[in-house]
Amino acid sequence: METPSGNKGNRLKRSQRHIKFESFFRRLLSVVGLSMIVLVIGIMITLVVQSIPSLKASGAGYLWGKTWDPVADVYGAYPFLLGTLLTSFLALLISIPFSFGVAVVLGEYYPKGWLPDLLKNTVELIAAVPSVIYGFWGLAVLVPMVRTIEVKLGYEPIGMGIFSSSLILAVMVIPYAATLGRSLIQMVPSMLKEAAYSLGATRWEVVKSVIFPYTRSGLFAGVLLSLGRALGETMAVTMVIGNTSLIPKNIFSPGNTMASVIANEFTEADHPVYLSALIELGLVLFLVTVVINMAGKKLISGFTNE
Amino acid sequence: MESAILRSVNYNAYFGDNHVCKDVNISIPKNEVVAVMGPSGCGKTTFLRGINRMHELIPNATAKGQIFLNDEDVMEMHPIFVRLKIGMVFQRPNPFPNLSIYDNVIAGYKLNGIKLPKAERDRIVEHSLTRVALWKEVKDSLNKKGSFLSGGQQQRLCIARAVAMEPEVLLFDEPTSALDPISTSTVEELFHELKKNYTLIIVTHNMQQAARVSDRTAFFYMGELVEFDDTKQMFTNPRDVRTQNYITGRFS
Repeated sequence: METPSGNKGNRLKRSQRHIKFESFFRRLLSVVGLSMIVLVIGIMITLVVQSIPSLKASGAGYLWGKTWDPVADVYGAYPFLLGTLLTSFLALLISIPFSFGVAVVLGEYYPKGWLPDLLKNTVELIAAVPSVIYGFWGLAVLVPMVRTIEVKLGYEPIGMGIFSSSLILAVMVIPYAATLGRSLIQMVPSMLKEAAYSLGATRWEVVKSVIFPYTRSGLFAGVLLSLGRALGETMAVTMVIGNTSLIPKNIFSPGNTMASVIANEFTEADHPVYLSALIELGLVLFLVTVVINMAGKKLISGFTNE
Repeated sequence: MESAILRSVNYNAYFGDNHVCKDVNISIPKNEVVAVMGPSGCGKTTFLRGINRMHELIPNATAKGQIFLNDEDVMEMHPIFVRLKIGMVFQRPNPFPNLSIYDNVIAGYKLNGIKLPKAERDRIVEHSLTRVALWKEVKDSLNKKGSFLSGGQQQRLCIARAVAMEPEVLLFDEPTSALDPISTSTVEELFHELKKNYTLIIVTHNMQQAARVSDRTAFFYMGELVEFDDTKQMFTNPRDVRTQNYITGRFS
């Protein structure tokens, strides 16, 4: 048996070591956290610095300029800004019924069972498929389908364009809102749902009047995640959007998004201002996502404070 | 008992293979307060939730037998109509957190998509809140969220919400187990008022409460209805030895 004093001494040593490690660990965590901030600011600075030649050449007209003509050294980002916003919001509009539908089915109607599990895993897999594969699938299946629709509706049968891109983006962004929505819907306290059932509500009335109001801000956050993904998606869109620098006339027109222009033309950018104009496009895309995200957060906190 | 408003005939309830209520036969007279007591897991809550068909909302839960409300078998009716006629109050106060006090009271109408003129809504809200002795306390803050109220007030709001639908029977699932003693006695006093217009069935694990508030008491044990009698009779002179053991505290 050890003497009480010896025992105590051991314990003291041990805890001093722990205290030292604790302060080291805290510093380590702080460094890791700060490095994130440094990284984002660094990206921002790189984009700004590299954009300077283009900023000097085009000035503020860059954003609203309707012509993008590298041969004549005229750079206007408006067609791509429009293309990005158009494809993303159209994609969101198409995807919301599906993502909310999946969220409600898995969260409330059938939370357990092999079929719901299959559905859940499949939806999660959608997010994991590389975007090139969506691009291929879009070219092989979606584009011919859209072409048929265009013929029926009397538009020029191009197939590639804003609408095809929106469709493919819609598929790609479904999992973000669906997965978040499902887990939130499952967290709605059953006592609230039971309260509604006990008053004679149907399942749908419970979904509409209890589940949706309760999960509103979270569902919106999921949509925001989807939007972020849609805004930045590059490869699949580049493959099916038709790649033209003209302003799209309607949703079936070919066009370009900011991301797809960068992907398409970066290797061809053979003089400094052209290259810089492309980088400035990246800067604008970056800012658009930041602004939309901040506005979304503002809306979410508005929901929660209500 | 000719004036029975609610009568169960060989009612059986199951969770999967687990037989929770066994051949329950009971006749509940109109405008009485009936306490349902028994040890944990005796099937009392399951029976209560069977009456308004809430039992079957749980996956795997099934039920057999008949429960007559006036002479209609609720097991044959659509659950939605059953629940409009038989209201329920839960263990924990559960007002809708996103709704005001006013909207909580008429939530049943809103949920069912019943549109009422404003004057009618106002009348229902005032009437229901008066019935639960809450009107004076909240009449100036009807537009505040129900979640700002104290626990006892929230529970009375939930009773008002059930009362607003003008049901025939009100079911209470341990309605005071989450409340402090003062709120508990306020709610208990309500039962005496409410029985003038409704029939009350109250599940409680608290024997004193059963003795205080009820006209009749049902004692459940291991899924069976052991005894159902006048409350005074049951607490002074129980017929079954299991009831006696329970009342005298041999098990709980």
